[in-house]
Amino acid sequence: MTTATHRTDPGGTSQGLFEDPERVARGLGWFSIGLGLAELGAPRGLARMIGVNDDDDNRNTLFALGLREIASGVAVLARPRSALPMWNRVGGDIMDLALLGRALRADSSERNRVAAATAAVIGVTVLDALTAQKLHAGTRDGADGKPHGGIHVTRAITLTRPREEVYWFWHDFENLPRFMEHLESVRVLDQNRSHWTARAPAGTTVEWDAEITDDRPNELIAWRSLPGADVSNMGSVRFLDAPGGGTEVRVELRYDPPGGKMAAAIAKLFGEEPSLQLSSDLRRFKQVMELGEVVRSDATVTHGPHPARPPELDEIPDAPRAIEQEALEGAIR
Amino acid sequence: MKAVCWEGKKNVRVEEVPDPKILNTQDVILRVTSTAICGSDLHLYNGFVPGMERGDVVGHEFMGEVMEVGPAVRNLKTGDRVVVPFPIACGECAMCRQDLFSVCENSNPNGWMAEKLWGHSPAGIFGYSHLLGGFAGGQAEYVRVPFADVGPIKVPDGMPDEQALFLSDIFPTGYMGADMCNIKPGDVIAVWGAGPVGLFAMASAYLLGAERVIAIDRFPYRLQMARERARVWETINYEEASVLERLNELTGGRGPDACIDAVGMEAHGPTAMYAYDRAKQALMLETDRPIALREAVQACRNGGTVSVIGVYGGFIDKFPMGSLMNRSLTIRTGQCHVQRYMRPLLERIQRGEIDPSFVITHRLRLEDAPRGYDMFLHKRDNCEKVVLTT
Repeated sequence: MTTATHRTDPGGTSQGLFEDPERVARGLGWFSIGLGLAELGAPRGLARMIGVNDDDDNRNTLFALGLREIASGVAVLARPRSALPMWNRVGGDIMDLALLGRALRADSSERNRVAAATAAVIGVTVLDALTAQKLHAGTRDGADGKPHGGIHVTRAITLTRPREEVYWFWHDFENLPRFMEHLESVRVLDQNRSHWTARAPAGTTVEWDAEITDDRPNELIAWRSLPGADVSNMGSVRFLDAPGGGTEVRVELRYDPPGGKMAAAIAKLFGEEPSLQLSSDLRRFKQVMELGEVVRSDATVTHGPHPARPPELDEIPDAPRAIEQEALEGAIR
Repeated sequence: MKAVCWEGKKNVRVEEVPDPKILNTQDVILRVTSTAICGSDLHLYNGFVPGMERGDVVGHEFMGEVMEVGPAVRNLKTGDRVVVPFPIACGECAMCRQDLFSVCENSNPNGWMAEKLWGHSPAGIFGYSHLLGGFAGGQAEYVRVPFADVGPIKVPDGMPDEQALFLSDIFPTGYMGADMCNIKPGDVIAVWGAGPVGLFAMASAYLLGAERVIAIDRFPYRLQMARERARVWETINYEEASVLERLNELTGGRGPDACIDAVGMEAHGPTAMYAYDRAKQALMLETDRPIALREAVQACRNGGTVSVIGVYGGFIDKFPMGSLMNRSLTIRTGQCHVQRYMRPLLERIQRGEIDPSFVITHRLRLEDAPRGYDMFLHKRDNCEKVVLTT
């Protein structure tokens, strides 16, 4: 199985410094680490330089700020194309400005030096904010209403079934909930349009109408949500002959996660990784195509975590029904 | 039903758990009549296998009687007596079609976990972690067996459990270890580890035409079993002699034509390297101690084969790649593709070429499994192989 998760390239043209916001972000990341090291390693010198009293309190504050500075620098360097760590830096800048503002009012400070430091931090804050904004713009919805940013995942899987059979199975969108875990149902409305219902975080559901935008028998199906969707999204699936026989299936999905980027980041913390989700969906797709059913183990048949021991009957509400249905489908085939 | 449950490091308990149910159309439910503790169960017991959770039912060597049959099963019916291969395999994917059953593409519903650790996922295994599917194991009164038309084979009437049971794992695993050596007449084969799998590798090397087999271990009773029951030509106790020097003496300086590692990730050794690996493993800087594997590579003759059937879980350190590359060695390895070997090996048993029950030293009740694990781990009472009956 191959995988890729990436963002769309920053759209639009820009000038000067911000032609390449990623490069600016990298520079700021290294600057952050350098400043952090200075705060950790030479707090006295730094305190004198910015004009605050070299006492225990200020040294401790500088030490904490140094740790924060290094962490934010590392975060920026780890994901230089992402706006989130840059916004995080802006937050840190504002904290610094608040502390400097307090220092300006303190009697023990050298006001000229504090003022100079404040001016420097304001400059950095503006640069951070512009970079964050630029990076963010590169991943926002475009003017055409299509999901441009948010999440973009591609995954591929190889099956032993012939291309035609795999194409026709996918072509009936009502089959998709059999292997796509988050889909509750898909109802085909007419030749081109269908209505999709999906499970969303916290027990909610999201719905949308979709239309087929491209359909080449045994080769490609592409679809996108229609205006008014809870989650605007688009997808495509390509069917290719695998070199050793069978079919390669390549899926591409783009969607704006419900709740925006923050919600997506939080969901990721709880294991809702979009590329992992698609990968598991395709694993089940392969099972359905090659075996006629999704393979269940004692630990995976229940909702939520379960040890590898037989579950109680009431822990597997859908299993007996599903087996009867599969047996029925097997008999029809 | 009663089942042996993993409850943490060095802690297994016999617990009351729900009876298994048919979950897929090709499932059968077995009443287990005999099951065994495998050396690889000790890796679980010692906490070296990732992805275990408290309450997991363990055990992957078992046989029994079919009690219930899923709607799509064609080859088995209620009352059939079967022995079950430890890897779960669908029989339909590209790997199964090439007889590579232990790397079945469909039988691990938790494939994503294995992909994170190993790049791609192998087959699911009974009672062997969530990483390998989260399937309840067979050290229990009953067990659910998926893909019943692909894995289990019927045991002929009159063949006792003790002769058929080890077709589930250790006999085919040892046999594959020898099979991967591509043995030719005149070949000398050295086997690291005289546990049950090692003994079957030694016996199988002779079945496949080896001239001489050399056994390496540190327990005198195990080396004695290798001499008396697997009829090996020579034994080396690595705590008493340098294995490399001794092997060179025994092979006229060439080294063995093939070396089989039947030890795996928890190897021991008398050398400083052992202390090094032990420390790195304790600090989580490497997951496996490849002491036997390093020695097998160094010992092997130029152009020979190193066959690895001992279980490894993750990452090793100080692997002698230079020796392997510069001396044209071949490494072959894999979890055993048991489904490939079961029938031919059953026929060898029926022809009287081998009686696999020769490895058994202890027979206990299922309820006594915790004592069996402890005894097997600490090699108490000359323990070689524990069989549990229900």
